[in-house]
Amino acid sequence: MREGAIGGTAARATDGVIKEVIVESDAVRTFCFQEPHSPWPGQYMMVWVRGVDEIPMSFSGPDRMTVHAVGEATRALFDLQAGDALGLRGPLGNGFSLVGEKILLVGGGVGVAPLAFLGDEARKAGMEVTSLIGFRTASDVVLKSRLEGLGELILTTDDGSAGVKGFVSAGLAKVDLEEVDQIYLCGPELMMWDVINRCRSRADRIQACINRYFKCAVGVCGSCCLDPEGIRVCAEGPVITAERLLEGEFGRYRRGPSGSIGSCQG
Amino acid sequence: MRSLSGNVGGLDLQIPVILAAGILGTTGASLRRAALAGAGAVVTKSVGLLPRDGHPGPTVVVLEDGLINAMGLPNPSFRGFQEEIDVGRTGPAPVVASIFGSGSEEFAEVARSLKADAFELNLSCPHAEGLGAEIGCQPDNVEQITRAVKRSVDVPVWVKLTPNVSDIRALGLAAQEGGADAVVAINTLRAMAIDIQSGYPILGNSFGGLSGPAIKPVAVKAVYDLSGVLEIPVIGVGGISDWQDAVEMMMAGASAVQVGTALMGGYGVFQEIARGIASHLDRKGWTMEELVGLARRRVA
Ligand SMILES: Cc1cc2nc3c(=O)[nH]c(=O)nc-3n(C[C@H](O)[C@H](O)[C@H](O)COP(=O)(O)OP(=O)(O)OC[C@H]3O[C@@H](n4cnc5c(N)ncnc54)[C@H](O)[C@@H]3O)c2cc1C
Ligand SMILES: Cc1cc2nc3c(=O)[nH]c(=O)nc-3n(C[C@H](O)[C@H](O)[C@H](O)COP(=O)(O)O)c2cc1C
Ligand code: FES
Repeated sequence: MREGAIGGTAARATDGVIKEVIVESDAVRTFCFQEPHSPWPGQYMMVWVRGVDEIPMSFSGPDRMTVHAVGEATRALFDLQAGDALGLRGPLGNGFSLVGEKILLVGGGVGVAPLAFLGDEARKAGMEVTSLIGFRTASDVVLKSRLEGLGELILTTDDGSAGVKGFVSAGLAKVDLEEVDQIYLCGPELMMWDVINRCRSRADRIQACINRYFKCAVGVCGSCCLDPEGIRVCAEGPVITAERLLEGEFGRYRRGPSGSIGSCQG
Repeated sequence: MRSLSGNVGGLDLQIPVILAAGILGTTGASLRRAALAGAGAVVTKSVGLLPRDGHPGPTVVVLEDGLINAMGLPNPSFRGFQEEIDVGRTGPAPVVASIFGSGSEEFAEVARSLKADAFELNLSCPHAEGLGAEIGCQPDNVEQITRAVKRSVDVPVWVKLTPNVSDIRALGLAAQEGGADAVVAINTLRAMAIDIQSGYPILGNSFGGLSGPAIKPVAVKAVYDLSGVLEIPVIGVGGISDWQDAVEMMMAGASAVQVGTALMGGYGVFQEIARGIASHLDRKGWTMEELVGLARRRVA
């Protein structure tokens, strides 16, 4: 059979032993593994919490992921400590590509996780990095010091308890977009949609790391397909140029585990 | 290039290479994409009476030469699905709706409620309780359900068979007796994988069905056996990744083939297979009629 038709070795599960758990906020923790993988920022792994479920998580560094507890599997993850193990499949998917000399990272909530990893790589490549990150409230802020270490940082909170009051888009006004070669986006869908809409004329220079409901994560089951082209987000994404997100389901609706159409809030 | 077009099981196909059920068949857009990439027909994800979220993850185990899956028939129910079929039908190939149910009435109700170019009855999913292979391993059920659906619709009806029985020919004959326009063989083989670090069965459902190159020899034998006893066409599926696999399946008696797991390598597989079959026929000076079932004639 053809080389690669049955995924690469990345598609097969390995045992990931937790080396350290870092508490980032009440609801967010970073899990560091003993063995680093060789991911590129924007790539993800399928994390098998044994006996519970298998869920997609971005790499927030070569050896780590940063998790927001929102439901059954992520809460079960929070019960684990150093020495415990998870099943890992990855790195999977296509990550960000670094373009230009001056880049802007725009993140919301736990969406800052893959961006912090990208920022590290961008600095290594000698690029100038500005970060614009938004959270609901001061106690939700995560990975701020890591991003601050990379360059200029603009922080927004919805309630104004830290940084600029308002959504991430309020912080956008503080950046001279003419100076920016590429924008990298990750966060809640409606936040990303808002930013893309405000920057429509430069949609070809925005790379967004997006979420869909992943099941197989190897491009066969169809769960993650994005209208109107049928992009397999798990295999061809999760990073997609904003140009391809303008006229379809992104920002308007998304499918759940059964394939039925629902809202893209959250 | 030699034309590969023809009528298979009541459908006119430009090429005898079809997207298999449950592979990228959840959305109309992805069905259309497969059709645009050259599939001769596209089969949807199996849909039933009620929405199902499917089994918890992991839903797949990737092996050297195959894939074990236990998706658990996730689907939005037929009610939510007509729109996806309609989008799929804006593509250049016929759309076959794969349906499942717990018995003839449910099957007939789902079939009556959907408009598609043909139906494929999933009597073969190995990992859904009370559905699929659990009813499809009994010839009586296969015949009854096929007949009930045939009476309810006026488009071709294909019946997809399970290989998890001692003699698949009995199921094929039952489908033919019930009025099927073609049989499709095979669905996945019951399989399981266990994580040696923890002892947990890997799949959320504990067990699932094996597909991909590992099952091709089993599929070839099933198709060979079925085509030896049936008058209706056999559509071969199981482990086809390239044109050589497709040619082999056709020599075993398949009038057309379906491709599933090989889509992991991308959508290019349909055109690759079609071109490969056509140039093989050219090289050998054979027609499609001469190719299909050649293996049996060789040993007759
Ligand atoms: C490519 C990608 C990268 C991601 N990276 C991160 C990350 O770095 N950090 C982080 O905290 N979260 C990340 N997520 C989101 C994370 O996968 C979900 O929060 C997680 O699956 C929730 O599982 P649960 O069982 O705790 O919640 P549930 O109660 O099962 O579900 C809560 C919500 O989570 C989402 N969800 C559940 N299962 C899945 C699934 N299999 N695929 C996609 N979404 C699902 C759904 O929107 C659901 O409504 C990422 C998602 C994707 C697709
Ligand atoms: C992820 C996945 C989902 C599937 N879903 C269905 C389904 O919904 N209905 C069905 O009849 N067969 C389903 N199948 C079985 C395939 O249609 C096909 O019969 C089987 O995979 C063998 O072909 P292959 O080796 O080319 O994949 C599924 C297979 C896979 C791998
Ligand atoms: S999650 Fe199965 S195709 Fe993307």
